[in-house]
Formats: sequence, C-alpha cells, structure tokens
Amino acid sequence: MNRYKLFDHTADVGVEAYGKTANELFANAAFAVFDILTDLSHVNPIVERKIVVDGEGWEDLLVNYLREVLYMYNGEGLLLKEFSIIDIDPRRLVGKVAGAPFDPAKHTINTEIKAVTYHQAAVKEAHGMWTARVIFDV
Amino acid sequence: MSELKKIDDYRWMIPQAGSMKVPGIIYSSERLIREMGSDESLKQVANVAHLPGIVKYSLAMPDMHWGYGFPIGGVAAFGLQDGVISPGGVGYDINCGCRLVTTRLAHEDIKDRLKDLISALYHHIPTGVGSKSDLKLSANEERKVLTEGAKWAVERGYGTHEDLEATEDRGKIIGADPEMVSARAIERGREQLGTLGSGNHFLEIEVVEEIFDRTAAAAFGLEEDQICVLFHSGSRGLGYQVCDDYLARMVKHLGELEVSLPDRQLACAYLTSNRGKEYLAAMACAANYAWANRQMMMHWTRETFEHTLKKGPRDLGMRLLYDVCHNIAKIETFVVDGKETKLCVHRKGATRAFPPGHPALPARYANTGQPVLIPGDMGTGSYVLTGTEKAFAETFGSTCHGAGRVMSRTQAKKASSGRSIEREMAAKGIIIMATGKGTLREEMPEAYKELDQVVEVVHRAGISRKVAKLRALGCIKG
Repeated sequence: MNRYKLFDHTADVGVEAYGKTANELFANAAFAVFDILTDLSHVNPIVERKIVVDGEGWEDLLVNYLREVLYMYNGEGLLLKEFSIIDIDPRRLVGKVAGAPFDPAKHTINTEIKAVTYHQAAVKEAHGMWTARVIFDV
Repeated sequence: MSELKKIDDYRWMIPQAGSMKVPGIIYSSERLIREMGSDESLKQVANVAHLPGIVKYSLAMPDMHWGYGFPIGGVAAFGLQDGVISPGGVGYDINCGCRLVTTRLAHEDIKDRLKDLISALYHHIPTGVGSKSDLKLSANEERKVLTEGAKWAVERGYGTHEDLEATEDRGKIIGADPEMVSARAIERGREQLGTLGSGNHFLEIEVVEEIFDRTAAAAFGLEEDQICVLFHSGSRGLGYQVCDDYLARMVKHLGELEVSLPDRQLACAYLTSNRGKEYLAAMACAANYAWANRQMMMHWTRETFEHTLKKGPRDLGMRLLYDVCHNIAKIETFVVDGKETKLCVHRKGATRAFPPGHPALPARYANTGQPVLIPGDMGTGSYVLTGTEKAFAETFGSTCHGAGRVMSRTQAKKASSGRSIEREMAAKGIIIMATGKGTLREEMPEAYKELDQVVEVVHRAGISRKVAKLRALGCIKG
C-alpha cells in the first residue's frame, strides 16, 4: 500500500493519504508533508517532540494536525521523518514526531509548503481502509 | 451551478441560483474560457456569491484559476454593516505584490554587464525557501515594521520619502495592531524581512519593448529601450501564519454566520465582529511588513546597480514608478446605487486600478490614473497599465494580476522532465539564477496562460488601459 499519492490542483499540491487505521492515516498524511518538502533519506531522526491538537471532527483534526507538523518546519526549522499517533478520536490527537534540525549543508528543500488549506479536505473510512484528501498551498 | 451566460465579448455571467446572494461575473475571452476546461474556479466564483453582505456580484478576472475558497483572480466587495471579511479571500501571502523601478539606463548600457548584475543581485538579496536576512530585528523593532510599513524602512535609510509617494496607500495600512499578530507569526517574521522568498516570487531586470500610450508613459517616466527592475514578493512566513491563525479561529465559529458555507476555506467573520476587526488589524500588520520588505529589496537593488556599474544614483536615476498589492482586503469608497458607500473589497490575485483624479493617487499620476503592474511568469516580462473609470464603476476599481496558471505544478514537472529550463531561457537570451531547480520547472513559461491574452481582455473590456510592455532580460528566483 502506498502511504500517499499526489493529485492535481492548478496552483497548489493535493495529497491523498491512506491507512488501515486512523492512526496510520494521520501519520502517513504528515509523512507526505515532509516527503514533499525534502529528501527524507538525508534526515536522521534525532529530535523528538510531542504533539497535541484538537479538532471538530476528522477533517478539522487532520488539517490542524498537519498545520502543527508544518509549523515544526516553518517555525522551528525541524525536518520531521517519523510520526506516531498515541491516542486519537475525532476531537483530539496526541502524537509523537521525530526529525532533525534543517541543515543547508545536508538537506535540500524541494517544494516550500506555505500552508495546509481546508479547501475540499476530506477523511473517509470504507471496508477497513481510511483515505484523506487535503490541499497544500505551495 | 447554472450555465455560464455570455454578456458581451469580454464578460460572462454565472446567474444567481440556489442560495447565491448575487450573480457571478467573469472577465475573459472565448479562448481563455475554453482553455479553462474542467478547472474548478467557476464553482469557486459561485461559492463566494454565498457570503453574507456581498455587494452586486462575485467577480473574477481573466487570469483566474482554481484556488482554495476564493478563486485566484477573484474580487468581492462587502457592506461594512452586514458583510464579512475572509482571510481566505485575501490569501496566505498577504500583500503579495509588485513594484517597478525605472532607470536612466538604456539596454545598450548594460548589455555586457547583465550577467554581473544578475549575479550580484543574487548574492545581495536573500532568495529561496525559508531564506533569512542578516538583519536581526528586535521584537520592538519588528512591531514598528508592522505598524509603519515602508515608512519604517525609509526612516532606517532604505530609500527616500519620494518612494512612499509612489506606493499604494503610501506603503502603510492604517489600523495595524501588532497585539493581534500571534507569537508564531512574529517569530517567523523576525528573520525574513528583506528576503524575496520562493515559488512564483522573483526579481527581474527588464527592458521597455513597446509603448501603447505615449502620454501615460511620459507621466510614468517610461520610454522605449529603457531598463527597469520588477519585484514580485510578499509578506513571507509572517503573512502565511497570520492567515493560518485567523482561518483556524474563524473555522471554529462558522456556526455564528447566518449562512452555511459551501467550503470551509471560505471561513469568515462579520466586519462588525471583534474577530473580524482583529483579523483586519493583523492583516494590516502583514501588509505593512510586505511593503517594508519590498522597500528594502529595492534599496539593495539600487546599491547593487551602483556598485556593479560604478555609477552614482543621479546617473542611474532609479525611481520607483509604483508599488501595488494583489492579495489584500481594503476599506474603500465606491458609488453603489447612486450613493457613496464604504465597502470592504477583497482582491485575491487582483490589482487595484483606480481612475484618473482619484484622491488616493499621487499628484504626478492624477491625469493618467493609477499605474497597474502586471507581472508575467518568470522570464516573460510584464505590462504596465492604468486604472480607468470603468474599473471604478464595474469591478470595484480592480483588474487582473498576472498570467494565471494553466498547468498544475506536477503537470509542469512532467512536461519539463529531461529539459533544462535554465538552458532554454538562456537560448532566448534570458539569464536566470535560482536556488531551487524544482522551482524553475514548476514555474516554466508553458505552465501559465499567455500574458498577452489576459492583458488584452482587461484592455478591451475597458477596466484598464495598456501603457507599456516590458521584456525580461534577467531574473533571480527562489
């Protein structure tokens, strides 16, 4: 199973993420953010952070979670590689992430992601498969 | 959504249907409408028409394309008492805009020095993703940037007071309150002032190729074969964070609106509400930051030209023609049903285009109308237009903002696979220096609508008038 795939959006980047559980889906969507940003094979996860976000339903929770992991890069300069969800329900998520501080000598940024948008954000579960769609402003 | 109805050669209507409060009107041409194909932007024009307090119509310019929430190229005005403000209707890059500097140089004067100039600019102006400047702002100083805008930069020695005259709103939106800007946004802004950024932002050396309106060109100080410099940049991470923060806050309170929104990205707040006022005060901070940013980059560009060409400021005569924003919401006065009315105009990927005689214009442009700067995609050049009475009457004083994308970034990468865009541009005589090769391919010329087509529509529809066309010679990009 692919963790995610890109779909076309005229000005921006759309991501469809997959998972067998909500935990896996959220972790894979967060992975997509950083897989688009950089070449993750050059990132050694040496820094760990805890993440807690609230939401009003799955879509809102997903957008808020992705906004938070993106801020780890945009605000704190961390490139994240590993994502685990400790506890999740449609209103709250507790998770852990691990990555490394951005180092221009080691890392390249392929595509800057300005923001995670709410536009057409969707989370669905069918036959034991979770799918999410979200559009990034790049 | 109901069918598009043709009004005349350059206007199409989306008739009011369902819970739309007003119709949609699109400025375009047969060809551009056809090329838009399955793009979702038409639906987005209709979606904007659902918002409370929208006045007359939901508008789109010929460069429109699929955004999120509002279409890119969208214009919508709202009543101050019953209307809303929408962070998504301004965009993440608050006060993304353009500024054009004229010089006393002719093409011949720099022909052999172009490479040196581009390379010197590339080294003096921080570009690229997350680029940082050497400037370390204290929190206190940053607050002054947010309240004073371009004036802050001029008072610190980056440029002259004459520059402020030639900047939309004199480079400062009144009512900016740094208390309304989050700690995260302040932090992201601290190291990025005076940086170009990435994506579609660029700094370009251009030459005036064609003059369409001699009188206006003379007033603007433009002549054939003249060298100019065009900047396209915005409020960097600070602006993105302001938009992100307020969108999230407004999404939480969608229940307070009298309508249900067709798209959460349209999240908005009444202009009379605290949340609405707070966003406007934070947005003004980001807009002012962007003006200070462009002012500083222009100053460094002047210095770079002086050092590289070994000429003084008088010989170079680098004068700011004008600076416009194309992602913004403004409180402006228009005539609605025969009455002067203050409205909140959202321009998301649209440029203000005020007519001759408008009090907001500097004295030197009183007879010509406001200069409107339309950048092309990287390496194509740009247009200078003027604002018109018709724009004031029909489009809340607005016009297009650029070429507008036709290809998604992934499509552009596929189409450019195995090609060197840098070499292709070089073959056309255009020098490009960029931090990211990926950006060059995503931003390649074929990914955009033809700028000539877009400008022809606004010219013929009468919402702007062509003054001059400029051709790109060299470009630096993130």
